Amino acid sequence: MTWESVIGIEVHIELSTSSKMFCGCAVEFGAEPNTNICPVCLGLPGALPVPNRKAIEWIMAIGLALNCEVSERSVFHRKNYFYADLPKGYQISQFDIPVCHDGYLDVTVDGETRRIEIERAHMEEDTGKSTHVGDGGRIHAAESTLLDFNRSGVPLVEVVSRPDIRSAAEARAYAQDLRAVVAELGASDVRLEEGSVRFDANVSIRPEGAEGLGTKVEVKNMNSFRSLERAVEYEIERQISVVEAGGELTQETRHWDEEAGVTRSMRIKEGSSDYRYFTEPDLAPMVMSASWVDEVRVGLPELPAERKARYSNEGLDPDLAGVLSSSPVEVRDIFEVATAAGADHRRAANWLVGEVTAWLRRTETDPAKLPLGGEQLAELVEIVDEGVVSSSAAKVVLEGVLQGEGSPREVAEARDLVQISDMSAIEEIVAKVLADNPEAVDSYAAGEEKVVGFLVGQVMTASRGKADPKLVSELLRKKLSS
Amino acid sequence: MTLHELTIAEAGERLRAREVSSSDLLEAALDRASRTEAQLHAYLTIDREGAREAARKADADLADGIDHGPLHGVPVALKDNMCTRGVETTASSQILAGYIPPYDATVTRKLKEAGAVIVGKTNLDEFAMGSSTENSAYGTSYNPWDIGRVPGGSSGGSAAAVAIGSAFAALGSDTGGSIRQPASLTGVVGMKPTYGTVSRYGLIAFASSLDQIGPLSRSVQDAALMLEAIWGHDPLDATSYSGSYPNPSAALDDGVSGLKVGVVKELAGEGYEPAVETAVSAMVDKLSDAGAAVVEVSLPTFDIALSAYYLIAPAEASANLARFDGVRYGHRGEGATTEKLMARTRAEGFGPEVTRRVLLGTYALSAGYYDAFYGQAQKVRSAIQEDFSRAYGSVDVLVSPTSPTVAFEAGARVDDPLAMYLSDICTIPSNLAGHPAISIPIGLDEQILPIGFQVMAPALGETVMFQVAATVESLAGFTERPVLEELAS
Amino acid sequence: MPIDIDIAHVARLARLDLTAEELDGYKTQLDVILDHATQVQSLEGDPREESAHPLGLVNAFRQDERRPSLDRDEVLSQAPETKDGYFVVPPAMETE
Repeated sequence: MTWESVIGIEVHIELSTSSKMFCGCAVEFGAEPNTNICPVCLGLPGALPVPNRKAIEWIMAIGLALNCEVSERSVFHRKNYFYADLPKGYQISQFDIPVCHDGYLDVTVDGETRRIEIERAHMEEDTGKSTHVGDGGRIHAAESTLLDFNRSGVPLVEVVSRPDIRSAAEARAYAQDLRAVVAELGASDVRLEEGSVRFDANVSIRPEGAEGLGTKVEVKNMNSFRSLERAVEYEIERQISVVEAGGELTQETRHWDEEAGVTRSMRIKEGSSDYRYFTEPDLAPMVMSASWVDEVRVGLPELPAERKARYSNEGLDPDLAGVLSSSPVEVRDIFEVATAAGADHRRAANWLVGEVTAWLRRTETDPAKLPLGGEQLAELVEIVDEGVVSSSAAKVVLEGVLQGEGSPREVAEARDLVQISDMSAIEEIVAKVLADNPEAVDSYAAGEEKVVGFLVGQVMTASRGKADPKLVSELLRKKLSS
Repeated sequence: MTLHELTIAEAGERLRAREVSSSDLLEAALDRASRTEAQLHAYLTIDREGAREAARKADADLADGIDHGPLHGVPVALKDNMCTRGVETTASSQILAGYIPPYDATVTRKLKEAGAVIVGKTNLDEFAMGSSTENSAYGTSYNPWDIGRVPGGSSGGSAAAVAIGSAFAALGSDTGGSIRQPASLTGVVGMKPTYGTVSRYGLIAFASSLDQIGPLSRSVQDAALMLEAIWGHDPLDATSYSGSYPNPSAALDDGVSGLKVGVVKELAGEGYEPAVETAVSAMVDKLSDAGAAVVEVSLPTFDIALSAYYLIAPAEASANLARFDGVRYGHRGEGATTEKLMARTRAEGFGPEVTRRVLLGTYALSAGYYDAFYGQAQKVRSAIQEDFSRAYGSVDVLVSPTSPTVAFEAGARVDDPLAMYLSDICTIPSNLAGHPAISIPIGLDEQILPIGFQVMAPALGETVMFQVAATVESLAGFTERPVLEELAS
Repeated sequence: MPIDIDIAHVARLARLDLTAEELDGYKTQLDVILDHATQVQSLEGDPREESAHPLGLVNAFRQDERRPSLDRDEVLSQAPETKDGYFVVPPAMETE
């Protein structure tokens, strides 16, 4: 039985507004506990929420950047449940009319691009923070819980994808790309380690080709992109092994344990989660007029779709344009600088979405720390154009540049990758090879075209790979035909 | 006329004529309280020190030529579900025993800015849920007209204090009639403003889409003066109205000539005491004689208003009361886990009526029941608004009794929740629509118990409403006051 | 129309630790009230939207501006249990 994994990702994004979602307390990471609190975010009797206009503009911006529709009219709902870090005993969130809906993100993994649909982006408020103290500080062994409400009421945008993701690698790519979009907008500092962006994965499996969805398991507590990928991978395998052993899967929430490398079932609390949603009576409905949406749109940096169109106009074919436009901003900035310095658009783009992106993934480097300048890329393109290095040697040159060995020309020299383009030098080697391979010469005369390839190979070997293969081929044919 | 019987308007005149000081007014109110509290239990907290300080300041300001307006130096009381910084605020619940808010409600701040002197916090039904004040966790209040009877609820303490003179006016809150009904039962004026005109910031919430703060006073003019001091847009309340506000105190002498008055057909008949209906009917005739065109109007949705209310209010309340979990303030029960601690806290802290409504509300919102109950009730509400709209197409105001009965005996309805809920049948529609309404005392029945007349107006119709109310007041000529056998203090 | 309320479930949802006897009493009372409340289903006429604010308020926002927070000591003075600036509660779940 071959299995297909069906994955959806939920992303929570803490906005970097100055003040909280429903009150004027500061949004600030790392402050002394319970110093950024007021009647509203502490849930004191008599307090009332008033929504932050800037937060609504941010969620509209995020939605637009993710190709979503912005709802004309949207309302808040109360999501009712009891938890110590939820001061009102309900969270102000959105139920059936979110601010944004029906968007998508095009994600590329191993050269293949797939569209992951986004069901919705809605606005809500964050909860306080619980620290469990006792043995080991882990939730199951705590003796008591300390509560800090500084985070309570921070604006939170929740983006929910449709279950279109089909692999752990794709889940990771989606998460990284989405994070990059939000970072570029400036809506949030999206720092995983600080919790300003959080990912949950919904994972299920089904027989390949089947319709319908299997039992869904929610996986939480993945604190890095790597752990996201590992957790999803683990969960898929776990589900497959349960089902293949004849067992049944439970719809539940599981925690990723980074140390042990497994997901663990969280004890299901007594009583189902009946959130008893109803429209928030303390808040007025929101109307996102066309002119307001336009205002937000105009204030956005160039969006992926626009960028893709621009790249197309600059000569990139649609697929390449698409992949480049969804690349991280740092990668795209290099493209802009390189092409401004005169590099051919298509070649520069191919380098970036190909070798450079592969290097980033392989070395798990944050694009913000990519050690490549636009000028360097332009030079790389140039030396290939000039024939200074062959295109295969150029990949090695790039590697060297990324490792900090110097500029492309410097690396080419230092690593002895400079092609021999000097005709007389090549002629010498060609002549020697022809002299050494009389049978091949005869075969060619007898009509065997294929033998040219062999002879080219011989010349390349003799030149230790440094002869320009194009020139070699030309020269050989000339000589053989004469 | 003794000091404690003055209206705000009268007190203001004397203050500015230097005939009395704010401290004089306050001492009169405090003295009255000390003579009557044992029997009435109108107050939960009397803040003698704070009030005396405020009265001193009011007097000093006036002497310096600083005049904050009609409420300057006037002793008033606040229902104990309005936050007063540094002064215990309990909502008459055990769950908030000893709770001292770190902030003032907007209305508290506005009263202070208006120079009013806050005497103390009055008793209410726990979390404003009730129609008799018998649901208070700190003991009920009694009616100054007959201390074996209830003052109404939930603002029973405020009503009793104003009626007996231990405050010149008071603020109450009205969710289904909780200002108007006690005003009616104690022979004072009480009104509920248009929803959104008085800030709810700092009002301990019962039902968010229905609650409004309003005044209880000894005259219609006083009510207008109080209203004008506390209403206005508040950026801390997202349901607060930011457009232009009416000017009711300017219309009080305009009379009813040329106005169209609609008598609500559905608010009469079975369940209404004959004395109440007779008095209301007589007043309607007087209004007609005074120049109003009177017609009967039918609003059929009023018949299901009570049902809609008893789904919407508890549902919203069940969520509003979820914050009382023993974590950050108030009572905390025992529990080895947070879940157990919360459940113990709430079982110990909430009284039976509150528990009943929280259960009811939770049920009405729960999975599978939303559409049939809460969702449907919100649609009934739309229908009620339509009914009102249609009615106001042909009349300027609507009138009815405020309550089907006069004050009932303490204990008479506690065991019959449904009977208790019927007390609100005349008042609830205005809350559901968000419209203003006012109760004016118009006479006494044969048991010497007050009867209240209700005037309702469209949203932001306070001007025409007060206009009619002032006329009703003068036509009624009701000047009787309750006589309480004072115990030696 | 009799409605069968799972009162124990509702009490759990509402975090009310009531005795079996109390639950029984409340169930009876709720049955009576709800029976009366089903009148809302008799609403005639065209289907309607749920009611909105009487004055049609929309877009009631505030600017993204900071306002002073509360003094922590004043707030914590109302708390049942605190430690080093935190509120303290028992663990969410049973400890093993």
